[in-house]
Amino acid sequence: MPIFLEKRQLVTPGDLIAEGDYIAGENTYMENNKIYASRVGIVEYETKKMDVVALKSFYVPRVEDIVIGTITEVGFSGWTVDINSPYPALLRASDVLSRPFRPQKDDLPPVLDVGDLVVAKIVSYDRTHDPQLTVAEPGLGKITRGQILKVTPTKIPRVIGRKGSMISTIKQETGCNIILGVNGVVLITGKTLEDEQLAMMAILKIEEESHTTGLTDRITKMLKEAKTGKEEKKDE
Amino acid sequence: MAAVITKVKQKQITQLMDKGKRLDGRELTDYREIKIEQGIIEKAEGSARVLLGKTEVVVGVKIETGEPFSDTPNEGVLTVNAELVPLASPGFEPGPPDESSIELARIVDRGIRESKAIDVGKLVIEPGKNVFVIFVDVYVLNHDGNLIDASALAAMAALINTKMGKYEVADGEVKMKPGYEPLPLNKHPITVTCAKIGDKLVVDPWLEEEQVMDARISIAFDDDENICAIQKGGSGYFEPKQVFEAARIAKEKSREMRKKLNW
Amino acid sequence: MNDKPEKLIDKKGLRLDGRKPDELRPVKLQVGVISNADGSAYIEHGKNKILAGVYGPREVHPKHLALPDRTVVKCRYHMAPFSVQERKSPAPSRREIELSKVIRESLEPAIFIEYYPRTMIDIFIEVLQADGGTRCASITAAALALADSGIPMRDLVVACAAGKVEDKIVLDLMDTEDKVGSADVPVALMPNLNAITLLQMDGTLSTDEFESAVNLALEGCKQIYALQKEALRTKYVSIKEEKEENKEGAEE
Repeated sequence: MPIFLEKRQLVTPGDLIAEGDYIAGENTYMENNKIYASRVGIVEYETKKMDVVALKSFYVPRVEDIVIGTITEVGFSGWTVDINSPYPALLRASDVLSRPFRPQKDDLPPVLDVGDLVVAKIVSYDRTHDPQLTVAEPGLGKITRGQILKVTPTKIPRVIGRKGSMISTIKQETGCNIILGVNGVVLITGKTLEDEQLAMMAILKIEEESHTTGLTDRITKMLKEAKTGKEEKKDE
Repeated sequence: MAAVITKVKQKQITQLMDKGKRLDGRELTDYREIKIEQGIIEKAEGSARVLLGKTEVVVGVKIETGEPFSDTPNEGVLTVNAELVPLASPGFEPGPPDESSIELARIVDRGIRESKAIDVGKLVIEPGKNVFVIFVDVYVLNHDGNLIDASALAAMAALINTKMGKYEVADGEVKMKPGYEPLPLNKHPITVTCAKIGDKLVVDPWLEEEQVMDARISIAFDDDENICAIQKGGSGYFEPKQVFEAARIAKEKSREMRKKLNW
Repeated sequence: MNDKPEKLIDKKGLRLDGRKPDELRPVKLQVGVISNADGSAYIEHGKNKILAGVYGPREVHPKHLALPDRTVVKCRYHMAPFSVQERKSPAPSRREIELSKVIRESLEPAIFIEYYPRTMIDIFIEVLQADGGTRCASITAAALALADSGIPMRDLVVACAAGKVEDKIVLDLMDTEDKVGSADVPVALMPNLNAITLLQMDGTLSTDEFESAVNLALEGCKQIYALQKEALRTKYVSIKEEKEENKEGAEE
């Protein structure tokens, strides 16, 4: 029973990948014993599971995911948060205040207002309800400085690199702290705006060229060149 | 529902601005890269496409015949319409023109009309009965800030590109002759928009600067550097000295632009 | 301005624009042209110039229109006032409203609507210049915009029309042929699943002629489908090739 395509071949929706005793993996679907691609991407497989690494996708919430979001509305007893997903997320006041919410006494905007950024975890989500967030854990909460970048969620693993090699390189060369939200939102906090913008450029480059080879070397080269460029300027 | 701008970014924009810099590396009075293409819609009598940074506007000019307005029987008619099509921004909704698209149309119209850019006296077929009607349709295709300047540029470029059919009146009937001639133009107005962010004035605000600005002022200059139209927009305010400063900056930018475009 | 031409097909069997009866007009496709949209595409098909943009899946507005088990697909086909010979008013005409519906119904079968309940997908089509066959060109561009947005699809959708002009069945009618000819049959197809998702007909055809027209249109669809895939590839492969060339150059 055949696999019709080679690994790393580009497919478009509806392309026939395999027929027979195989498993439909990421971004594929099965019909009449045939496996088709459902998104534009690169074919990957190990033995029986056919996957397509999508070149563009969007984030669908999963419980336990750490995400970065923007407050878009202050509601009566909580906030609506944009987590770069088709679904808006909810953050309850009681979660942030770490105690029951008292409508008469508690004013929400001073705590979190429209435009504030938060790192949060998804605590519940299903097909009938919008996702709910919590910030009541260490490492979560309001963000007060840094650059926000949006990246297609499927590229986040590439930004991390094998065993974290790519992200470590970027952190090292730019001196920035980087938080990668699973929802494709990246927070970069550096000492200077130039450092942050350099890290942003590196990540955007990874997103654009994620399907090519030799990327780690090119990124390292780019970062080192920018750094020497800066040092030369300082010496002038 | 346009995206909410984060407080962190707002702070960055205003902090940078205090140091006289912008987030995209431009000087306070720099325009983004401008690309103009003319004649892209062959079926229209004139057309142009402008890319101002990532803001994209297409203008088509159609010419028809019709009755003049009763108070100007010896003039052709100019009418400007603008569409903020829904694909141009997550915040644009389909439907009849809202106040933003109507304001945009009227600002572009004012610049052209008040500068007397089009020689409307030359657009008369039969005085009081039949004149040429110039339809300028502004189509915003991607909104990344400063729709006003992009639209005004595209409208003027489209008018420069416009060809009219030749005609003659014989035995009381209007007959079209073969051939075309350019639309009779006397002036080439250029509009420059400045945004007020904090106490700074910036030229050509992009989308995120527009989300942060207090107010904007758009000023149109004709070829003799006279001001022919002004519109203040936004719910903030300008001090008089800022208005005059904006006019000074806009005049200089319009001169630069005019030289670059050879208008 | 448009006088009715004497003949639509000349002695040599060529049409007004020099094409053979089974020849397509030139088609140019570009993906990812509107930065604000989630997905977008631009098509030039003959003199047609059409932009398609997709937003979604996103929250449904107004909320009460949300469906609990699937996404709502909305489509708006709209022509610019300068897109046709006589200026068209920007307000939606009855034709535009009908086309919005049939185009939506041609694309919806390709979308996995059950994947994202309580959301909405907006498809916006803007015709910048029209010259016959705009609904087909719109569908071809809109399908690319959907693929570009990352919305999971069963298949691409591609469309082409065939018709009858002076007793001959011809492929891909341009504006004059559409207005003066005796029949027009637009067809949209999901090419891998071989499923027809749009079919209309106006004019007069015998059942045999109808079958020939549909088959000819399907042939045209397959040719355009190859160009759709190419457009999607071009967006990604050009970067891949450039980088690998540089790598080889560096190794020399």
